[in-house]
Amino acid sequence: MSKKQSLSGVFFNGILVENPTFRLVLGTCPTIAVTTSALNGIGMGLAATFVLVGSNVVISLLRNFIPDKVRIPAFVVVICTFVTLIQMLMQAYVPSLYASLGLFIPLIVVNCIILARAEAYASKNGVAASAVDGLGMGIGFTLAITVIGAIRELFGSGTLFGFNLLGAGYQPMLILILAPGGFIIYGLTLGVMNIIMNRAEANKSAKEGVEA
Amino acid sequence: MNALVKILLFMVSCVLTNNFIFSRFLGNCPFLGVSNKVETAVGMGVAVTFVMALASLFTWLLYHYVLVPFNLRYLDTISFILVIAALVQFVEMFIKKSSPSLYKALGIYLPLITTNCAVLGAALLNITSDYNLLYAVLNGTFGALGFLLAIVLMAGVRERLETSDIPESFKGFPICIIIAGLMSVAFMGFSGFGG
Repeated sequence: MSKKQSLSGVFFNGILVENPTFRLVLGTCPTIAVTTSALNGIGMGLAATFVLVGSNVVISLLRNFIPDKVRIPAFVVVICTFVTLIQMLMQAYVPSLYASLGLFIPLIVVNCIILARAEAYASKNGVAASAVDGLGMGIGFTLAITVIGAIRELFGSGTLFGFNLLGAGYQPMLILILAPGGFIIYGLTLGVMNIIMNRAEANKSAKEGVEA
Repeated sequence: MNALVKILLFMVSCVLTNNFIFSRFLGNCPFLGVSNKVETAVGMGVAVTFVMALASLFTWLLYHYVLVPFNLRYLDTISFILVIAALVQFVEMFIKKSSPSLYKALGIYLPLITTNCAVLGAALLNITSDYNLLYAVLNGTFGALGFLLAIVLMAGVRERLETSDIPESFKGFPICIIIAGLMSVAFMGFSGFGG
């Protein structure tokens, strides 16, 4: 952490380089459980983003006051406060989304992404950088689970965001919106992302090699 | 007699039909993270079973005897996670005193259990499904045994995987998750069994 990163660097770090879903493989439970449709993916992602930004800011503000020994319980309490907030907000304003995400809203508390960012980033960095880090990570998570949700919804029920895209003659692959589909599609997208990232890295090092 | 049959069926359904990993999607992080070797997988599974059974008991009592009478239902998540964290700490201390060899085997996995969403998930499910105390504890215990079964099976497959020829990009997590998907297909065969 000796090198000071620019805020935009921190932001894109969460979206691409350290994408929590595809690169760090954290927070796998909601990734598999709620991605039966693209809309669920966005809802879950935004809820997690709200909690990530809020908890990162508060933990960054408190980082000099929390004794090292009790930091994990302290972080959990902060995170839990934001989760309870978003839970109540969603229950009040988007009850149908709240019902379809169900148990996984309160379970944001134990989402490893949030605790990992609190521990690895917010407890060591300033408020602005932590907020941007939370936002970048949150958006990276949202994008990833929306993509998985879109794939599952498109092939599993023939629709995208509720619009019928593939026509009435399409025979949906039911397995994709059932439990196994979540695992299989996540595994496949993860593999494809690895191929893309490996290619990009190979290209980059090849270019650097030429320049040197 | 009928009640007994019902309870037995409930136990079986907790382990197989409603398996925490394959049909409720809870506890995936340790499932993927600590399933490299059968030995460590067993350690993790046993530790989780222990904590989950106790957590189900204590959170149920807390909810019905403290939160409901004082109208503090909205504090369920925060109070449960504190109970679980305290419980994990307590279990760690207890095992350290009573059985150093077990502590050595489980040592590093115990703190991880606090963030295992299956434990909090089971506690919250016990409340939302309106289970009574007996069913809540059974749900916690046998659900965790289902987790143990899943993680040990996975570890067995992964030990074989080490020597197989997998495309470079799919090594590690991607292939594991796909295998979990295939195992989940197998577990779907139990659906409808035991309700």
